[in-house]
Amino acid sequence: MSTSSVLSLEAVKLTYPDGDRRLTALDDVCLDVAPGELVAVAGPSGSGKSSLLAVAATLLRPDAGRVVLAGRDTAGMSGRERTALRRERIGIVFQQANLLPSLTAEEQLLAVAHLRGESVRAARSRAAELLESVGLDAAKRRRRPHQLSGGERQRVNIARALSGGPSVLLVDEPTSALDHERGERVVELLAEVTRRHRTATVLVTHDRALLGVADRVLSMADGRLGEG
Amino acid sequence: MFVALRDIRFARGRFALMGSVVALITTLVVFLYGLTDGLAREATSAVAGLPADRIVFGAPKGAEPEVSFSGSSVDDGQLAAWRAAPGVTSAEPFGVAMTRLTAAGKASSVSAFGASGRLLPPLLSGSAPGDGGVAVGERLARESGVRVGDRVTLGAEELTVSAITADRSHGHAPSVWTTLAAWQRAAHQQQPTALAVTGTGGPDGPAAEATEAVGADAALEGIDGYAAEHGTLQLLQGFLFVVSALVVGAFFTVWTVQRRPDVAVLKAVGASSGYLVRDALGQAAAVLLAGAALGAAAGAGGGALAAAAVPFELSAATVAVPVGAMVLLGLAGSALAVRRITSVDPLTALGASR
Repeated sequence: MSTSSVLSLEAVKLTYPDGDRRLTALDDVCLDVAPGELVAVAGPSGSGKSSLLAVAATLLRPDAGRVVLAGRDTAGMSGRERTALRRERIGIVFQQANLLPSLTAEEQLLAVAHLRGESVRAARSRAAELLESVGLDAAKRRRRPHQLSGGERQRVNIARALSGGPSVLLVDEPTSALDHERGERVVELLAEVTRRHRTATVLVTHDRALLGVADRVLSMADGRLGEG
Repeated sequence: MFVALRDIRFARGRFALMGSVVALITTLVVFLYGLTDGLAREATSAVAGLPADRIVFGAPKGAEPEVSFSGSSVDDGQLAAWRAAPGVTSAEPFGVAMTRLTAAGKASSVSAFGASGRLLPPLLSGSAPGDGGVAVGERLARESGVRVGDRVTLGAEELTVSAITADRSHGHAPSVWTTLAAWQRAAHQQQPTALAVTGTGGPDGPAAEATEAVGADAALEGIDGYAAEHGTLQLLQGFLFVVSALVVGAFFTVWTVQRRPDVAVLKAVGASSGYLVRDALGQAAAVLLAGAALGAAAGAGGGALAAAAVPFELSAATVAVPVGAMVLLGLAGSALAVRRITSVDPLTALGASR
């Protein structure tokens, strides 16, 4: 584990039951990501990219190995502690924007502030600032998801992931629902926010054409992680 | 309540429909409560208003006494035994029978009470009846056009109205009050029906075996049809509460199932199950309180209007109790529904295939 890394996976192994046998999703995976670094993990569907993200997000416990996040080993953590860690330290950019249909763009961010116990009134200016930084003007901030384009929804998704001030940003196939041009803009935005917010960002994608902006590109196949 | 209130605003049609259902059931429950209390008042107010700690029912020697105004009679020996019993401060005999009061050619069904002046309801005008006199309730006097000094016929007995009393009724018939002797003539009865007793203790021996003393509340069960009527209405109230809890529970079950993807996302970004359950219960409470308040207002307003035609009792209790029960049972129903939130796996927010 590198001393400068915020996210560290050490010899992580993850298996799933598959009938009478177990399927290996992650096989001895090691990964260190430093603050302000964008690491892209590319690989075909079913290679284990999303399992990697789920383990890093503390949504799945590995069968073996360690996941250290912001200096804390997550192995012995209770469900409640892992939930708190996600709330305080991890931002997730979902594949589909997964925005709540009843909330406006701004309220998507305020909801995160509310569940963090912050005052909604105080969080409003930071939400506006974040949404503006991802390119959403005041009028669009008041729109609900169905009133936004796919690219705009993905920008709200990114702003929401950043709203808790995370140390680690985990990005799951952010361009899968977008055309190439919009996808490129979203990845550029992710690179920009990674540097500006000093997050340790892991981006998983199947689209290698979008990875020019990443600091490192790794590839994944059959649960094993290797250099790009 | 951050997401919950915005969900209500966003899906206002669905929540308005649910709130309306709650309001309608609450209206019905408030109305039924008011009607139950009103009917109870019309069935029991004369006996409930007697200044007595206990009512003593009697039976002829050798027969088993039962708590029933239509089946009870108290003889002189039983009366004397109760009056002489240690701890008993007073034992007043009274008679009650259903009969007819005719005034100015207009006949009304009444419950005729024969008793001493001590057992009379409060007098609004006139004086307590002596032999040959009768006291009539205010409403009956108004409806029959009877005043103090008028001649009326109670059963076959001609009497003079000596007083107008506060309204009392027995077995849904307005009460009139006369002396025990006049009552015996009017109702063709030889013995009083029961005793109104104050104090503690009671007689020993044969008098004790042939009489049964019960508290004033328990004595109401001795009014013909009252227990069945009251029980039926309370059963209806119970059914409405159960229906309400089921309807609210069903709505929030469907709503929670529909919200599972949103719940998974919120859990993935760090919301605890407790936070989400509190949020959902707050949502249910908001819908229930709004619906119940609306229903209570409608029920109380409708009841107040209907009170002119039906026996509806409007009071803080007849509104607050059913509304409180509706909200609590609705919350219990929704609590069963929203506990599903705890089983939502946040991993599903990352995609279903993993």
